[in-house]
Amino acid sequence: MKRIPYFPGCAMKDQARDYERAAQAALAALGCELVELPRWNCCGTVYSLANDDLMRHVGPVRNLIRVQDMGEDRVLTLCAMCYGTLRRSARFVAADPERLSRINAFMSDEHDYRGGVEVLHLLGLLRDVVGYENLASKVVRPLTGVRAAPYYGCTLVRPREVGVDNPDQPEVFERVLSALGAEVAEFPYKVECCGAYLTVGAPAIVAGRVRDIVASAAANGADLIVTSCPLCQFNLEARRPGIGPRLPVAYLGQLLAWALGADACLPPEAEALIQGTTPAAAGAQQR
Amino acid sequence: MADGLRLSREALAAPFVGKVEELSGQNLSACYQCGKCAAGCLFTEHMDALPNQVLRRVQLGDESVLAASAPWACASCLACAVRCPKGVDVARVMEALRLLALRRGLPHLDPRATAGVPQIALVGAYRKLTP
Ligand code: SF4
Ligand code: SF4
Repeated sequence: MKRIPYFPGCAMKDQARDYERAAQAALAALGCELVELPRWNCCGTVYSLANDDLMRHVGPVRNLIRVQDMGEDRVLTLCAMCYGTLRRSARFVAADPERLSRINAFMSDEHDYRGGVEVLHLLGLLRDVVGYENLASKVVRPLTGVRAAPYYGCTLVRPREVGVDNPDQPEVFERVLSALGAEVAEFPYKVECCGAYLTVGAPAIVAGRVRDIVASAAANGADLIVTSCPLCQFNLEARRPGIGPRLPVAYLGQLLAWALGADACLPPEAEALIQGTTPAAAGAQQR
Repeated sequence: MADGLRLSREALAAPFVGKVEELSGQNLSACYQCGKCAAGCLFTEHMDALPNQVLRRVQLGDESVLAASAPWACASCLACAVRCPKGVDVARVMEALRLLALRRGLPHLDPRATAGVPQIALVGAYRKLTP
């Protein structure tokens, strides 16, 4: 078993619990054991875009110190937002010794962060550590016939220097879904924003975005939307309009677990769809 | 803007312009108003000024832009930031305007709006929309 330090973030212990459980089971089937950081704190969810907000990096950096204290130099996130925030902060402090020393001085009760931790996302891990071919060879319940729309959203691909892939034409999500046997539904909204945190104060704006995203996925043949972002997932389900296509939404980890024969903890709508579509599922009596 | 805007050396060197440049870390005069940021922004229907217009008004020292709806309809999606041919990160300019408004005491997130949303949304919204 390859041991991989793992930062869950708040959503994995709450609304996205099923994503976490499924991803852990799936990665175990791939020979990776997720080792949760012994103590961790909120990453802050959104990365500060202001120049006078050094305080906002304290939370992320504290988590990176935990990784360093484990004697490790990489940490995995399942959540797209944690990925963006942690990875950007890691870059931000590594780029400037002056900033780093100010943050270290502020956290005098911790070991100094030395700047060497790399933040990975599940998609990057599947591509770079597991490998597409290896992944495909481990599939026992291929998602044959399932037309899945990979919804990246924002923080996986922007800004360019921290993105898991090219910001305009990413392919890692598509390659992973193909390795699982699914058919990929390409759609133009795959890297467009769902409205993110505007869902709190301006749900109507988000509803408009979600309407367009879902309609575009459906128009391009999708019968399922896949995401790795708990905020996208919430918006896609809670803010979708009552009329128009209703595509089930599933987390990347859940499809992964399904295909690898692990406990997938799929939401009922998505499970029914996959059960009804894939020949392997129709034949087998699993789960 | 038709009757209020006067170009002058003072306006271009106004403390407001400097403050936005400092907070955002962006060179505002690099913008040549191509409009690519606005073309790619999916939130313009809720904005009273397009992202490039917001930029122009800041360039010209027009502080009334702090009362515009645009920064509050911006979701920090960074679509503009990756597309600007001049390397201007408009999302950072929007953030600077939000912060200046919030630090002047403009309350923007109504606590009554927070019911029924998950933690990830709450933390994000409080970080972006409260001082
Ligand atoms: S894309 Fe850049 S140069 Fe063009 S209008 Fe927007 S900020 Fe200005
Ligand atoms: S960051 Fe804001 S201004 Fe820029 S494209 Fe996104 S929503 Fe529009």
